[in-house]
Amino acid sequence: MAVKIVAEKCKGCSKCIDSCPFSAIVMENKIAVIGDACTGCGVCVDECPFDAIEKTDETVKKDLSDYKGVWVFAEQREGQIMPVVIELLGEARKLAAEIGTEVSAVLCGENVDSMTDELFAFGADQVYFADHPELKNYRTDAYTKVIKEAIEKFKPEIVLLGATHIGRDLGPCLAVKCDTGLTADCTKLEIDPEDKKIRQTRPAFGGNLMATIICPNHRPQMSTVRPGVMDKAEHVPGRKGKAIKLDVSFEDNEIRTKIIKMVKETGELASLIDAEFIISGGMGLGNPDGFELLKNLAEKLGGTIASSRACVDAGWIDHSYQVGQTGTTVKPKIYFACGISGAIQHLAGMQSSDYIIAINKNENAPIFEVADYGIVGDLYEVIPTILEELNRSS
Amino acid sequence: MKILVCVKQVPDTNEVKIDPVKGTLIREGVPSILNPDDANALEAALAIKDTEPNVTVSVLTMGPPQASEMLRECLAMGADDAYLLSDRAFGGADTWSTSNTLAAGIRKIGDLDIIFAGRQAIDGDTAQVGSQTAQRLDVPVVTYVQDIELQGDKVIVQRQMEDGYELIEVATPCLLTAVKELNEPRYMSISNIVNACKKEITVWGHEDINLSPENCGLKASPTQVFRSFTPASKGKGEMLNGTVKEMSTSLISKLKGLHVI
Ligand SMILES: Cc1cc2nc3c(=O)[nH]c(=O)nc-3n(C[C@H](O)[C@H](O)[C@H](O)COP(=O)(O)OP(=O)(O)OC[C@H]3O[C@@H](n4cnc5c(N)ncnc54)[C@H](O)[C@@H]3O)c2cc1C
Ligand SMILES: Nc1ncnc2c1ncn2[C@@H]1O[C@H](COP(=O)(O)O)[C@@H](O)[C@H]1O
Repeated sequence: MAVKIVAEKCKGCSKCIDSCPFSAIVMENKIAVIGDACTGCGVCVDECPFDAIEKTDETVKKDLSDYKGVWVFAEQREGQIMPVVIELLGEARKLAAEIGTEVSAVLCGENVDSMTDELFAFGADQVYFADHPELKNYRTDAYTKVIKEAIEKFKPEIVLLGATHIGRDLGPCLAVKCDTGLTADCTKLEIDPEDKKIRQTRPAFGGNLMATIICPNHRPQMSTVRPGVMDKAEHVPGRKGKAIKLDVSFEDNEIRTKIIKMVKETGELASLIDAEFIISGGMGLGNPDGFELLKNLAEKLGGTIASSRACVDAGWIDHSYQVGQTGTTVKPKIYFACGISGAIQHLAGMQSSDYIIAINKNENAPIFEVADYGIVGDLYEVIPTILEELNRSS
Repeated sequence: MKILVCVKQVPDTNEVKIDPVKGTLIREGVPSILNPDDANALEAALAIKDTEPNVTVSVLTMGPPQASEMLRECLAMGADDAYLLSDRAFGGADTWSTSNTLAAGIRKIGDLDIIFAGRQAIDGDTAQVGSQTAQRLDVPVVTYVQDIELQGDKVIVQRQMEDGYELIEVATPCLLTAVKELNEPRYMSISNIVNACKKEITVWGHEDINLSPENCGLKASPTQVFRSFTPASKGKGEMLNGTVKEMSTSLISKLKGLHVI
């Protein structure tokens, strides 16, 4: 809120000058003038006997130029930096170079100072770290409070988070607390060459449409970024940076959730994102045992199996193997799609693989539209033959 | 106990097609549906109503007047009452604005024990509105909820993670966002359909929920769509020919030629 003088109504009585707690009003040619010290508190509005001072709706705009630097949320789980953080640091370095600014990581946990060296090695110029027993495991209230305070104090221009189950919980809460916008699940980030603002591109409508989003008048500009999409930062052992410790304190009942226990069901997650060869199966397998055949090929090539959502829904395989919009995004050297029709939601998670090989009975299956090599045939004949040929030729 | 479910009407993105000539989204003839995750959220609320005494379940949406069709569907599934936040000023909202409007509506309804939302709506896929609404209402939030157990004024929930889950305790009032794995949504029942037709849907505009037009819709949205476009397709590659054996040999020699195996 701000205030303004309506010159026609002002009688020059100077009551407002006496009332102003900030001495922001002066008299010029018998008319009150609001000076720079005005905070928009509005005391004068009520004081004026002639209704010559009005509140204006135009909010005091944040000075955007105060906001500098690219921040990456250094998500850690059980003392391990998540792979997506390394991708974010890689991306942050590119963005920072274009804007001409620095890259910082923000790290929360318990006994995390040992992790700062790793973040420097992956390209962080600074690491803001918060060390507190309450931050050991991610909890919405605790992490939101600490990072919100850091953002308000150090004013980053851009904040990137991994679009993990943690990043997609934290990001929206931070955005509201910092009164700014957030673009979800981005697959591409660019700097506008002219105004140096960030352009965030993301899939919408189940991957049918791409949208480029901007956040012109609020800071920081925030995005969650889909894991497995950006290139990893280069690792430079011994690279140094500045570690800055954040003050942390919590009041009673400020953290409103309690973790009773954490249950691990699979350990395959990381291998799917990092795999160079993925042999993925769909409903065309006909039954869950089909994955055994795919495993043989995966073992031969030193890769891993994966699946479409339909197989996950059918209970054939665990959700952690699912590739696609609501599963994992992968970009291996070779992606074998076996008995997968190629629904848009599936393509959303594997389209940027170096080479896609589709094996499908139906020559009109949409998967062939994105395949580098297509084989029309029964996967139960084709895969054993490929295996035979691989064995023979090696 | 009072439960509220935030529901959204969305186009069935499975049916969305791209115009092959113009490269634009074809929306005509695409059916509007209750967002899938929101159906799971509503089912969770109705399941509580089935087992606990004195539970009322309300549904709330922000959307155009035709969203009332979806609200009737929710009533026919068993919800007790429905609220529609509908106003020109709400149009073009991003998640900042949507959560601001929903929170204002929820404050007006008041005194809720549990608020449910879906994890994500399939049109925008942002998964932000639930968490942001909770922040504005200053209630704790748990996202990705795949199991719920009530214990007095506490709720014990399973929060889905990529590789398992966390068992979390949270006191009411709280906001929970539902994932597909939470339950199997029920169908509408004949008796509920009949009742749903008789029920009034409460419709509120910005003044009813004490919001100035500057604080809703496009005007209040920090993010803006700069442009939208259809994703460039990778382009069709080569279809291999011959017998299974010939195709397999040819594939392997091509991959070797490319030095990928
Ligand atoms: C909101 C939403 C999110 C979604 N997210 C995802 C996601 O993340 N990932 C995902 O994968 N899907 C997702 N889906 C589902 C997606 O729309 C498809 O339903 C799913 O990908 C289909 O799986 P499929 O290709 O295995 O099965 P189908 O579509 O049933 O295809 C089976 C294919 O196998 C072929 N076939 C049959 N027998 C053989 C054989 N013996 N040899 C060779 N080929 C054979 C058939 O010709 C057919 O093309 C989502 C859907 C929605 C609505
Ligand atoms: N316009 C709306 N009206 C009511 N609820 C909504 C609306 N938009 C989003 N939501 C709720 O917020 C959840 C997440 O939506 P989104 O952030 O758009 O993916 C949805 O599943 C709904 O429960």
